Formats: sequence, C-alpha cells, structure tokens
Amino acid sequence: MLLSIRSLTKRFPGTLALDDVRFDLKAGEVHALLGENGAGKSTLIKCLTGAYRPDGGDITLDGEKISPRSTSEAQELGIGTVYQEVNLLPNLTVAQNLCFGREPRRMGMIQTRAMTRQADAMLEAYGLDIDVTRDLGLYSVAIQQIVAIARAVALSGKVLILDEPTASLDAREVEMLFEVVRGLREKGLGIVFVSHFLDQVFELSDRVTVLRNGRHVVTEDIAELDRVKLIEHMLGHALETEVDDHATPHDDSAPKRPEMLKFRQMGRAGVVHPFDLDVRQGEVVGLAGLLGSGRTESAEFLFGLRSGGTATDTDGDVPLDTPRKAIAAGFGFAPEDRKTDGIVADLSVRENIALALQAARGWARPIPRAEQARLADMYIERLDIRTSDAEKRVGELSGGNQQKVVLARWLAMNPRFLILDEPTRGIDVGAHAEILRLIHELTAEGMALLVISSELDELIAVSDRVIVVRDRRHVAELTGSDIRTDTIVHAIAHRDDIGEVA
Amino acid sequence: MTNPRLLPLFATIAIFLVACVICYIQFPFMASTRVLGNLLTDNAYLGIVAVGMTIVILSGGIDLSVGSVIAFSGVFIAVLLRDTNLHPMIVFALLLIVTTAFGAAMGGLIHVLAMPAFIVTLAGMFLARGAAYMLTIDSVPIDDPFFEMLQKAYYLMPGKGRLTLIGVVMLITVLVGMIVAHRTRFGASVFAIGGGEQTAKLMGVKVAQTTVGIYAFSGFMAGLSGIVFSIYTGSGYPLATVGTELTAIAAVVIGGAILSGGAGYVFGTLIGVLTMGLIQTYIVFDGSLSSWWTKIVIGALLLLFIVLQKGLLRLSVARLSGGTA
Amino acid sequence: MRRSLTALAPQLITLAALVALVSVFFPGFVEIRLIDGRMVGPIIDILKRGAPVALLAIGMTLVIATRGIDLSVGTVMAICGAVAAWSIDKGLGLGGAVALAIAAGLVAGLWNGTLVAIIGIQPIVATLILMTAGRGIAQLITEGRILTFTHDGFSWFGSGTFLTVPVPAVIWVVTGITVALLMRRTALGLLVESIGINRRASALAGINATVLLIAVYMASGLCAALAGIITAADIRGADANNAGLWLELDAILAVVIGGNSLLGGRFSVAASLLGAMIIQTIDTGILLAGFPSEYNLVIKAALVLVILVLQSPRMAAEWTTWRAARREPKPAGRVQEDAQ
Repeated sequence: MLLSIRSLTKRFPGTLALDDVRFDLKAGEVHALLGENGAGKSTLIKCLTGAYRPDGGDITLDGEKISPRSTSEAQELGIGTVYQEVNLLPNLTVAQNLCFGREPRRMGMIQTRAMTRQADAMLEAYGLDIDVTRDLGLYSVAIQQIVAIARAVALSGKVLILDEPTASLDAREVEMLFEVVRGLREKGLGIVFVSHFLDQVFELSDRVTVLRNGRHVVTEDIAELDRVKLIEHMLGHALETEVDDHATPHDDSAPKRPEMLKFRQMGRAGVVHPFDLDVRQGEVVGLAGLLGSGRTESAEFLFGLRSGGTATDTDGDVPLDTPRKAIAAGFGFAPEDRKTDGIVADLSVRENIALALQAARGWARPIPRAEQARLADMYIERLDIRTSDAEKRVGELSGGNQQKVVLARWLAMNPRFLILDEPTRGIDVGAHAEILRLIHELTAEGMALLVISSELDELIAVSDRVIVVRDRRHVAELTGSDIRTDTIVHAIAHRDDIGEVA
Repeated sequence: MTNPRLLPLFATIAIFLVACVICYIQFPFMASTRVLGNLLTDNAYLGIVAVGMTIVILSGGIDLSVGSVIAFSGVFIAVLLRDTNLHPMIVFALLLIVTTAFGAAMGGLIHVLAMPAFIVTLAGMFLARGAAYMLTIDSVPIDDPFFEMLQKAYYLMPGKGRLTLIGVVMLITVLVGMIVAHRTRFGASVFAIGGGEQTAKLMGVKVAQTTVGIYAFSGFMAGLSGIVFSIYTGSGYPLATVGTELTAIAAVVIGGAILSGGAGYVFGTLIGVLTMGLIQTYIVFDGSLSSWWTKIVIGALLLLFIVLQKGLLRLSVARLSGGTA
Repeated sequence: MRRSLTALAPQLITLAALVALVSVFFPGFVEIRLIDGRMVGPIIDILKRGAPVALLAIGMTLVIATRGIDLSVGTVMAICGAVAAWSIDKGLGLGGAVALAIAAGLVAGLWNGTLVAIIGIQPIVATLILMTAGRGIAQLITEGRILTFTHDGFSWFGSGTFLTVPVPAVIWVVTGITVALLMRRTALGLLVESIGINRRASALAGINATVLLIAVYMASGLCAALAGIITAADIRGADANNAGLWLELDAILAVVIGGNSLLGGRFSVAASLLGAMIIQTIDTGILLAGFPSEYNLVIKAALVLVILVLQSPRMAAEWTTWRAARREPKPAGRVQEDAQ
C-alpha cells in the first residue's frame, strides 16, 4: 500500500468534519474520492496536503508515518496536488512555473536557456509541444492543468491528488487530460481523483471511496458498482429522482405554446454568427455545444451584455443594449461562473437575493428591511437554501447553495425569460436534482428558460428544444423525439447537419 | 510572435524615442553628450529609488516612505559628518544599514499584521520624515574633502559631456536591479507574489522572507538614493524630496509596470525616469514655459501611457482570443 | 442603534484613550468656554481644524467602499481654493465663488470617475494623474502666486461661527450626517457596497455600476471642494503649492483607522469621521502636551502604528478567538456530544 490513512479525525467549531476516516491508495491506481459537498472530501485532502492538521489518526506513506505541516512539506514527502483553479502563476512563463524553486543557476543567476531546456524535457513526456518561454496565462486551461500536473509529478512523484481538475474543461480537453493521467498510472503513481462528474469517475478510476457527513461509507472496485448504487452511497438513501424521472415527454405532438419573444440577427461576426431565436411561454430551450463553441456568448447577446441584433415581443421592440434594459424587459441571467459573476460574496443572503430587485427599483426607493427579510426567508424555504440564517455572508455557503441564491435573486424579479448558464456545474448530486425540479416548476408557471449545459443527459431531460452550437454558429435545432444523445453528439461533431437554422 | 507582456515595454521605449526626436527637431543642440550627462546626473537619485520601487510594485506592493527616507538620509549624513569625525564611507555604511533595517521592519509589519502596504509605508513615511526633523530642522551643508571629491568625479565624454559618478552609480543600480528582478530566485518570488500571494505560497515561495526582502531592498535603494542626493546637493535638509515617492511611482508606471503587480521591467523604469527628465529639460530649454507646466505634462504623459497600455492590452487579448477561436 | 454603537466601539475607545492621555499632559484639554458668543477650547479647536480631513474622509470612505482610492483630493482642494480666490478676485461675489469652486470639484470627480469607470484604469493610477497634474493646474489659475483676497462673506466659511460653533465644524458634521443618511435611508449604501465587493456580478444584477462609480468619485470631488473652500477662507487666500498638501494621505488614514477595509465593501461614514478626529486629536494633542514641534511627526507615526497594529486583521482575529474562548470554555466537548 502506497498511502494509507487510518482513523483520521478533524474537528471544526460546531462540526466534526472527519470522523474516523480510512482511505487506502495503491501505487498504479486511480482512486476516486466521492461525496456530496460537505462530505469531507476537501478536508481529507487538506489534511493530506498539510493545509490542515488532523486532530487524530495516522497517515502512512510508503510505510512511514507522516504529518505534513505545509503544502511544501507534503510536496517534499511526495504528495502533489492539482486543483480546479490552476494554482500556477499566469504572469510567469511556462518554464518559470515548471522550474519554480529549482531553477538551474550559476553564481546565483538563473540560467534561462538551461531552464527552457529543462521545461521542454518535462513536458515532452506529456506529449505537449508548446513554447515554454511564453506566459502560462496565454494558454488554455487544459494546457495549464497539464503543466500543473507536470510540476506536481516532478516535485512529488508518489501521490498525485487531482481535485476537480476537469470542471472547466470541454470534452476534448478532458480526454487529453485523462490520457496524461493514465500514463502516470502506468508509471506507478498513486492518483486520487475528486470529481462531480460520475461519467468521468467510471471512465478513469479503478476504485472508489465514498464519504458522507465526514464518515467513510464504502470503498469498492469500480467494476462492482453501477451508477445508481454509487449515487445511493453518496446520498445515503435510494435516489428517488434521478435525472431521467424529470424527463419531459419528447413526443412530436406536444401542443404549441403561445409565442413570447422573437430574437433576430443576434450576434456579431467573430463572436457568434448572427442567429434567430423564437421563445415560447413556458418553454425550455437547451443550448448544447462544447466549451468555447459560442454558447455563453449567445446568452450574453440575449441578455444585452454584448450588443447586436433585435428583439421583439407581442407589444413591439424590446431594447436590449445593456443588462439593465434586458432586466427591465423581464429577463434574468444566472451566469456560469458564480463566484466572479454571480454572488456578491461579502453581502448577506438577504441582500444578495434582494439585489436585482433593488437595482430595478432604483436607489431612491429602498426595499424595506422587513420586505427583504420576507423575500429571503421565502426563497430560503422554497429553494431549500442551506444557511443558518438570511444574514449569513453568501461567500460562506457551499457552491450549490450559492447557485440557489443567484436563482432566488432572479426569481424574486419574476422574470418571463431566464437564462441559466451551466446551472448545475460543480454542485453536488442532491442540489443538482433540486435545480432540475425547480426548472420544471418554473416552466409550469409560464416562465421561459434558456439552459446551457455540458451535461447532455441533463439537457435532454429538461429541454423542449435543443439548439446545437458549433464553431460560433448555431448549427442545428432538435425538437420532439429528435432530442437524443446521439443526435446532439452527431450535430456537435459533424458538418452535415440534421436541420440547419439560420 | 512576441510575448505580449513585452508590448508595454516596447511602447515605453517607442514613446521615449519619439520624445527624443521631437526635442531634437525643436532644439537640435539638445542632441549632445552634455545634455545626456546632465540628464543622468539630475535624475540619478530618482532612478535609484525607482529601481527599488519597481521591485516593490512588481510584488503588488507600494512604498510611500522612500521620499522621506531620502530626506532622512541627507540629514543623517550631514549631521554625522558635522558632529563626528567618521569617514564618509563609514557614515554611508551606517546609513545603509539603518535604511535597510527600516525597510525590513516595514516589510515585516506588512506581513505579520496582514496590513496593506499602502498604510504601513504611509506610517513609515511620517516616521522617517519625523526622524529627519528630530535630527535637525535646518538645512545642514556638508563640508568634507572626500565629499567634494565625489562631487567632482566625472568622466569626460566626447562632446564635453560629463558622465558623473552619481550618474554611473544610477546606471549600475539599474543593471543590478535588472539582474535581481529577472535573473534570481528572489526576483522570481517577487513576480510570484505579485501574481498571487496564495498561489505563490502553494508554489513554495517563502512569502515572509521575500516580503521582508522586498521592502529591505527598497529601503536600501532609498538610502543609496539619499547618499546620491546628498552628493548632488551638497547638503542635508529634512524638507527635501517631498513627494519623490509619487514621482518614482509615476516613473515605474510610465516604464510599463502594472501597479497591481506581477508584470514589468526594471529597464522600463529607467526609460520612464529618462522620459520624465527629458520633459523637464525641454521646458528648461524652451524658457518661455512656466515651471508648473512640468507637472501638467507629466500628468498628461502618465495618462497617455496608461491609456496606451490599456489599449495595447485589449488589442493583445482580442488578437489572442481571435487566434484560438 | 446599539448595534452601530458596538461597531464604533474600537474608534470611540481609541478617541477616549487619546483624550485621556492628552489630558494627563494638558489638564485643560476638555474645557470649553463661551467667549464673545463663540465656543472656545481645545476640543472645539480640534473639531474646527479637523474639518478638511473629515470632509475628505467622507468622500474617501465612499470611494474606498467601491474598492477604489482617490489620491487627488488634496490637489483638488488646491484647485477649488484657487478657483474660489480667482472668482472673488474677479468680483464674482460669494455665490459665484462657492458655485465655481464646487463645480470645479465635481468636474475633477467626473474626470477621475470617467477614467476609472469608463476607461477602466486602476483607481490608484487614475487619480495619481490628477494628483500630479492638478497642482500645475492650480498654479495656472493663481499664476504661480499666493492669491489673497478680502471678502468677509467668504471668510465666514473659514473663521465664522454658527450658533457659537465654528463654521468648518458645522460644515463637516452636516455633510457627514447628510451623506450617512443618504447612504442608509436609501439603497445607495447597499449598491455602493455591492459594486465594491463584486462589480461584475453587480452589473449583471442590473446595478448601473458605471454611473454609480462616477457619482462616488464626484461625491469625493464635492467633499474636496468644500474642504478647499474652508481652507482658502481660513487663510484668506489660495496657496496652490501647499493647500491640501498630503491631506489625501490623512484622509485615507482616517478611513482605515475607522476600520473600513481598503479592499472595499462594507463601510461606515461615522467610523471614518471618528478616524479623522483621532488624527486631529493626535496632531493637536502633541502640540498642547508641550512636545517640541519637531517631534510631532514621529509621535504621530508611532501612535498611528499602534492604532493600526491593534486594529489589524490579524489582531482582530486573535481578539475574536480569545473572546470566544472565554465565552465558551469547552467548545470541543460540546461538539463531540453533538456529533454522537
């Protein structure tokens, strides 16, 4: 056994984050670590990487007891970590990042050429042929991830922890990353893989350990598990509502709903090829496509973040040149990156929920405090936002609950057209199902939604129509029984399309 | 394709060259080694302190104390030479120890208290100026044979321009600054902290030592600048060099560094200092312009550079995203 | 009300401690007498002398809440003072002088706000431009001289009294109360905090961040104009070189001593005003306590350092854990029970 953890316990004021947890890692395996948010995954990893000191239990690496006190100490012991947000420096060159702290020197001076050679050699093993003298920040996230892995492996070389490494990658990039990980497994590294994407877990891992509420639930070979079983372990009860149960009946004879909004020639050359879109009341339009295909940009045009194109409703023109005008027209937009574009971290849950409504009313007409509290309490209950109270800082909530706060902010506006960009990315299974349920509730009330998602299953389950975006162009529109994984994948992948749209 | 991070530096150099050409067309005799020599001599103290400031700004910090430290240095040297029999070199050494320790102490406070550098060095600014007042409130002339020798040391360039000792000291300082910033592990750590302190920590940067080192370096440079300034003026005066920290920051910004840290070049700072010196020289040559135009032109130039860099940045980002699309 | 008093406790305690400290050296420190229908005494003097920094601190608080900083306020004071003196010199009268000076402050704020909000320049750099160039502009207006004037109406802003209280003190107190009420009785405070914490998310939520940012810098310019009018009226002249010199640093210090974070977000105007009074108490106290004037800066720096150390985030965290530990003697045990 390469790494073994026994009876690990970690306490925080008010909670027991890890309770008598065990975990084993063999050399040459990919071991997935799963659990809902708050199950203790990140605490366990932080104990391994020296960010936290455990309150009890043993960590044994290569037969020796260790207790790392800092990340760099863990690195020296042989435990390297790669996080979702690349923890390298975008303002340094790739070579500087790779060789940081171990630069070849002569008389105290860094030998730039030798460093470049060293960096090139390090990346060669990963099949990455890039100019290492350019700034890291100029490369895609996937390449940055691989550089981060190369650095972690070179520094540590025994245990590699991948903490949600694929969260911001598209399918091709994920495959590229997995190739690298498989190569490392063959070399005999022990790899801990944390991910919310169960498909990826099944694709990559050899074994799975599930944590729940800070306790060890099960460790099993991946071959012994199926999807339902795994989700049961994570949630602790038989899953009543897996995605499929929500599926909208995709029959072609669905009644036509009343027209609501007509978008014409939205887009601008170089960003998204101008497209037309009609949205009906109570309809969910899905937007499928790879990351960088122009999905998010399409949404930005619809919400007035970028200008180009016109919109009309039954009453005439809808001006859309700024988000403010879009909001005034009854639009809402829950962006993909919650932390930077969604929540206002230092404000309370109450203030975050009231924010859009307040902005729409103008500064001179403040929403009375009692009214704000009523709104907040209502949505905390309706969306099941897990917070001690409405006055808690939103930044202290978990990702899924932050997403719900952003949703609540828009629901409080009672919009007629709501855009959700990756509404379930990075949130745990339970919250995931709740958000899908909510989408159904909202459309039943007549709200129209545009949902962007990388998870095809989810998109198929909620959408009445799916529009496929490829190479910054809307290339296909699928309806009724055509909404299937194979048709969408086909439209994403091929140039001869099923149904051309403008 | 060049690295986009070089673009601001190129812009800085290009604008300096354009300024030179404008000066030359207006006043052809400005293209002499005399003007060059004076440019280096008059701006030596600023160049030196700006090198220290560059390192601080690269790390995402700021050091508001340097102007006061230069004034303190002048007073310290003048008073010690007046009241004791110490050799100037010993006084210099003592001074550099004091200012380096002062900088290190500020760096320590910034790190330990997790206070913004802006505030800590602001307190340092008051403290250093106050210490200068406590030594004397008058201008103290320096009367020392060794000092006179330093003042008169120069190399006669072709064309009768004088490359003075302090001008050379400035150029050497810039060279040392370039090596420290771009060719040492300390420099790499400075850039790393400027890029993101948390990440830098994860990559193994010893943030505490580096932060102390950065402000100690700036303190040392402020002390050295004080020595040069005292040679330049031949006296020590506690009210001298008020606002020099802002001139130095302006020079660093005009030199192409980003004030939020993580990007910039020491060489750019030298160009920034020379550009500002050139404006002053131009106004002196013109003769009809009032002195306050210097301030307005430097302000306008600051604006021009910043807007230009902003435009360049947008351009490179647009080209980049266009390239990967 | 009680909650806001608790929030201001550190500043109030600091101020009280300073007053007590100065009283030890100068027993008559807290005495106030009425002479010729005006209140006189060291405290009144502090309220009056602290007016420029207090006014600047009001505007600076708002700017810092948006995650910005305004380095130009001292210079803007000089410009506005010069404009006012110039107007009186040209015979535009009291109304004209005040109106033009305030207009100059608003234009300066509009300039800064445009650079920050529309062009997207970092606030510290954007306002550095006006800080550098502004004194040149002020000198341009005064043509490099100290522009003196005699106008009793205008001088009233600097040395007059209103209901026995010096006018400068009245101006900053009224401005402070007005701004604080404007922020808290409307939604402005929340919106300002929101753009300071996350401008992009705020804009996506429909807040007009650009206009709000410009307005905040204009508010700072307005406060600087008021401070400039007071200063010019006090010395009956405009000194382009020295009016408001380094006061931007005192104003920033006041905001920080008031416990407001330089990283933006939550703010309190009242706390900043207390910060300004703390600084002025130090300044005046050192003189009254009889220290030689050349010691002023060193003592001030030392006191400021002590206050900053006591208020620093690190110390605040220690303080909280210490208090929590005292209130709950056995937190660990309770958690364990809960868990089982």
